[in-house]
Amino acid sequence: MSGYSVTEASPRQKTIAAVLVMTYTLITLMPLVWIIATGFKTPADAISYPPKVIFEPTLEGYVNLFTTRTRVTQEQLQAMGPPQTWYDAIVRQYDMVIAGPSRYGERFLNSVIIGFGSTFLSVFLGTLAAYAFSRFKVPLKDDLLFFILSTRMMPPIAVAIPIFLMYRTLGLSDTHLGMILLYTAVNLSLSVWLLKGFIDEIPREYEEAALIDGYTRFQAFVKVVLPQASTGIAATAVFCLIFAWNEYAFAVLLTSGTAQTAPPFIPTIIGVGGQDWPAVAAGATLFLLPVMVFTILLRKHLLRGITFGAVRK
Amino acid sequence: MTDTVIDRAARATPPSVARRVRGVSDRMLAWIFVAPTIFLLLSINIFPLIWTINLSFTNYKANRNRPVEYIGFENYHRILTDKDVWLTMQATAHFLFWTIFFQVLIGFALAWLINRKFKGNDLWTTLIVLPMMLSPAVVGNFWTFLYQPQIGLFNYVVSFFTGADPSSFSMIGQVNLAPWAIVIVDTWMWTPFIMLICLAGLRSIPDYIYEAAEVDRASKWRQFWTITIPMALPFLMLAVLFRGIENFKMFDLVVLLTGGGPGSTTELTSINLKREAFEKWRTGYASAYAIILFVTVFGLASIYVKALNKVKER
Repeated sequence: MSGYSVTEASPRQKTIAAVLVMTYTLITLMPLVWIIATGFKTPADAISYPPKVIFEPTLEGYVNLFTTRTRVTQEQLQAMGPPQTWYDAIVRQYDMVIAGPSRYGERFLNSVIIGFGSTFLSVFLGTLAAYAFSRFKVPLKDDLLFFILSTRMMPPIAVAIPIFLMYRTLGLSDTHLGMILLYTAVNLSLSVWLLKGFIDEIPREYEEAALIDGYTRFQAFVKVVLPQASTGIAATAVFCLIFAWNEYAFAVLLTSGTAQTAPPFIPTIIGVGGQDWPAVAAGATLFLLPVMVFTILLRKHLLRGITFGAVRK
Repeated sequence: MTDTVIDRAARATPPSVARRVRGVSDRMLAWIFVAPTIFLLLSINIFPLIWTINLSFTNYKANRNRPVEYIGFENYHRILTDKDVWLTMQATAHFLFWTIFFQVLIGFALAWLINRKFKGNDLWTTLIVLPMMLSPAVVGNFWTFLYQPQIGLFNYVVSFFTGADPSSFSMIGQVNLAPWAIVIVDTWMWTPFIMLICLAGLRSIPDYIYEAAEVDRASKWRQFWTITIPMALPFLMLAVLFRGIENFKMFDLVVLLTGGGPGSTTELTSINLKREAFEKWRTGYASAYAIILFVTVFGLASIYVKALNKVKER
């Protein structure tokens, strides 16, 4: 360190900046904290006034999220004997019994299948295309790259109209394959642009050395370029996964049952008299937590990912 | 690490094969690598786009089985003269202007503060970023809970600071408040986006420029307006471009917050389009609508990018 610098903020300035930023962070995280907290409240606690900050945590929201319940009379309840499990006990406080599993598990699984399926495809195809764009003279390269990017400017609803008709004709409506192909196409623009940036940064000399040693271009790509690009590929994959995971517009318009993902499903979780907020919050918590973890893992590449590789640190 | 890869490659290669590049030609390989991507984009983006253009000249309804008639520019004419369409355009413009206004203001201020490089600024940056990575649908749905009169956390906080009765107002139920309710949630969610890009812009300014300014005895205030702002401007403009395109397409967050209501006060163009296409099933009309929106985004974005490039060249 060279001691005094004009660009270094004074300790007092730093303290003020730190306090302001921390205050903003705490305020902005409140809704997220509230989602997580509401998941552990009873329905009564969730809608109490004033809002309860300190409450007795319960797993009721999670039980309601994963089950469907039916109301029974006192006599029926007594006839059944004591509850067998802790979740039975929770449900019976409300004169109800568990009738079966809810659809949340299936919807979550759909999100996983469609998310990972489309991520794999878009990263696989994206890596190939990005390598070609980065290393070879592809005719109309700039036009093609711009075309790939401009596919993102269409409002999703506008894309959904012809896709809806096309899928209806092809029998792809409400299928996993249909959603995987659609998300792959949408994510390809991101993955090609991001990966091209990452591959551009790998010196060509490495492959050229391998080529001189008798490797084919393809072997050089697989054995030299891919290992070098692995961090970039992983970061790109996470971005594609997050997009497919969060996507709502296509999912709500093109799926209704078998292939429906979690985002259109969570807002439809209802209880007695409106939305069952603890169950909604529990569903949201389980759905949002993986993304929060990925975001923290991804923090170094965040800027690149959100700007399609336009800004690099 | 790279050296070992190449070393191994070199050792594994028989000398007789070396010096000869084998396999398919580069040209072939380039096409094999690009073809699947182009094919998928053609079949899922371009073909549907052409189909949409075709449908936009018809009176096709996707839920009826009647012969399709070509009606020329009738759909386009009807959309551009429809008062309701212009109202949704107004709602979209209001949403676009204010979200970008607040996000730039708060986002830039935050970036500027974080760039004071206090201890632990990386940790706080990561935490601030969290909202924008989450599913807008799931989060938007939960915000309706925060906005509930009486029991909602948002109303409680507002009443705590202003003394207003928390059950006296409904952010998403009142015509005068709903347009602001969606601006608040979008700002909450996307301010980190502008902040991250601005931060990159601020960090790209080399120290020596400030040092030179200091030698010239330029005041901090003057340095801010003549160095910081102009040099961060291309980054800020890029961030605004991204937000502009995204918010013009905005659907998920707002549809789950207000569903376009009350009345049609928050009915943004995407929501309006969804109504026409998937509730009223006016497929031909909606196709024309979609084309108009696409051309608008594309046109505005192209003009904007030209301006951005001019700023960059300066």
